[in-house]
Amino acid sequence: MNWKLLSIIGLSFVLIGSAVADERIAIDGSTTVGPIAKAFSEYYMEQNPGVNITVSESGSGNGAKSLINGTCDIADMSRFMKDKEFNAAVEAGVFPVAHVVAMDGIAVLVHPSNPISGLSVEQVRDIYLGTVTNWKELGGPNKKIIAISRDTNSGTYETFAKLVMNKQKMAASVEYVGSNGGARQRVQTTPAAIGYVGLGFIDHTVKPLKINGIEPTMLTVSSGTYPISRPLFMFTNGYPELGGHLHALVTLHLSPNGQEIIEAIGFVPVTSY
Amino acid sequence: MRLLEQEDRAGIWSRTSGGRKASLLLSKSAGRHKRRASIIGHGFLLTITSLSAVAILFIFYFIFRDALPFFQLRGLTEFFSSSRWYPSGEPSEFGALAIFAGSGLVTLGAVMVSVPLGIAASICLSDVLPFHLRQMAKPVIEILAAIPSVAYGFFALVVLAPMLQEQGGQILSIVVYVVGLPLLFLGATVLGDLFSQRLAGTHRGLIRISTTALLVGLGLLALALLGRRLTGLEISSGTNALNVSLILGIMALPTVVSVSEDALQAVGRELREGSYALGATRAETMMKVVLPAASSGILAAVILGVMRAIGETMVVWMASGNAAQIPHPWYNYLEPIRTLTATIAGDMGEADHVTGSARYHVLFAMAACLLLISFFSNLASETVRRRAMRKTQGT
Repeated sequence: MNWKLLSIIGLSFVLIGSAVADERIAIDGSTTVGPIAKAFSEYYMEQNPGVNITVSESGSGNGAKSLINGTCDIADMSRFMKDKEFNAAVEAGVFPVAHVVAMDGIAVLVHPSNPISGLSVEQVRDIYLGTVTNWKELGGPNKKIIAISRDTNSGTYETFAKLVMNKQKMAASVEYVGSNGGARQRVQTTPAAIGYVGLGFIDHTVKPLKINGIEPTMLTVSSGTYPISRPLFMFTNGYPELGGHLHALVTLHLSPNGQEIIEAIGFVPVTSY
Repeated sequence: MRLLEQEDRAGIWSRTSGGRKASLLLSKSAGRHKRRASIIGHGFLLTITSLSAVAILFIFYFIFRDALPFFQLRGLTEFFSSSRWYPSGEPSEFGALAIFAGSGLVTLGAVMVSVPLGIAASICLSDVLPFHLRQMAKPVIEILAAIPSVAYGFFALVVLAPMLQEQGGQILSIVVYVVGLPLLFLGATVLGDLFSQRLAGTHRGLIRISTTALLVGLGLLALALLGRRLTGLEISSGTNALNVSLILGIMALPTVVSVSEDALQAVGRELREGSYALGATRAETMMKVVLPAASSGILAAVILGVMRAIGETMVVWMASGNAAQIPHPWYNYLEPIRTLTATIAGDMGEADHVTGSARYHVLFAMAACLLLISFFSNLASETVRRRAMRKTQGT
């Protein structure tokens, strides 16, 4: 009697323990990709209650490091791995495989009353560098340009700083705004303003500019023709075992639900259902 | 013996309920108990009271502990002398001069808005308005202090900033009229008064009226010219130092009004009556007796207003533009600026230990500077207020 009870209790502990131990997935890396990883893991844990996923955001570089050290299963990265990281990984017996989970595109906005409809990447950079300060110089009205940037904390800023600014430093006169919505609000109320936001924040109150002649749309971003766009990666060690939870997680973006999640948090999905 | 004592104690407790044995004298042990209880009670209250003091010590300790590594990493010169603020750039730069300048500029602007308005309002409340009106006006002013700062910030960003961009010139000229006209009439009355009292003789009243009228006329002319000049002005960006200064000025107003009104009230009736008895007019009494007597209290009010303005975060983060630059020229309030508080609030998210140590600790360095500024302002206002108290008590 007693033995039976004890063994049942013991067995159940072993079962619970193994269930938890088997389905633990650690994700680390980029703060830009972090929201996707978080949304994915929330969705996935809801569908599969046995699985325990932890997501940390320590930056792309640290994500790569954790993957190499084996402290995470998925490394979120907003850039591709550098040669050095790749070599270090192979030396450590880790074979990074990239999964492009979404595209990140940034739209450059002006006030609807602004006659300018397109700029080149260099012109946008000159505005933010402070070398072009009047719309007149770009063929617009004689008005001082009010350049509005996202705060340096944001992933949007990082993307813009890399793809447009080439890591050059913005002029001191650039104004900083704490959110994508705030940036749009400033542009829609300021006739001489220029700002940039994630693609999901374009609406009829502002005018997105063509960059190098290409309009920022889901299509141009996902096809890679729009210049201010980049792929967002999840790296795994080798291609994950088919049918496993890891495999399901890094291919979630290919399902209709995954596409919906990515669209909901303002990124551009790679699929179009 | 022991049993007896216990019975005695029981007697004390049962006394109130009208028990069998009413002993009014405390026994030895009951006295000891009472003493112990009182020591425990005192100790408990002292602990609670000193908690707030201890909290301040802790705040100082923890902020300075995290601020120090920044200066060890980067030294003092860049932080205090450069105005290049690129915490996330490569290489990163941490020149906070423009940010200090921004904080200073906004605070100065807030003082210029809140002090004249606040002092005028407090004079009005304490000496001009009849009692029942005063009872109504004061709570209304104090409501300003109860509005959450994010609501002010939202107003500044969504209403005031676009308004400044569209009709900035007109708004500025209206503000000049609103602030200027009462000041003009007040100033002209007082000056006319002071001027004519030097003259003796029969024409004194006439001269007084004519000089006052002349001053008012000149002032009106100057105001009109200034207003016309401002009307033509175009503001390119509505989120600027002016916007924030106006809002912060209004936010500091209740502090300035209530503290300086207290100071004016503290100047007793005797002084005012003495002044009237010597033949002084109401304006003379106000300007030459009451205001000087209350001056240190008013100064304390101004310092408190300054602290309110310099420490405000949400409004400046939302509506100052956050551009880390010193305007050209420095008094150009129509340019966006960045303040210490907004920088701390805005940069905290990314600046964890991982993303770079200096970037994290620089925020604490700023917090430490802010803490020192407000600590010394507080000290100054306390000293001034104590001096004021001694003065009005006539010792």
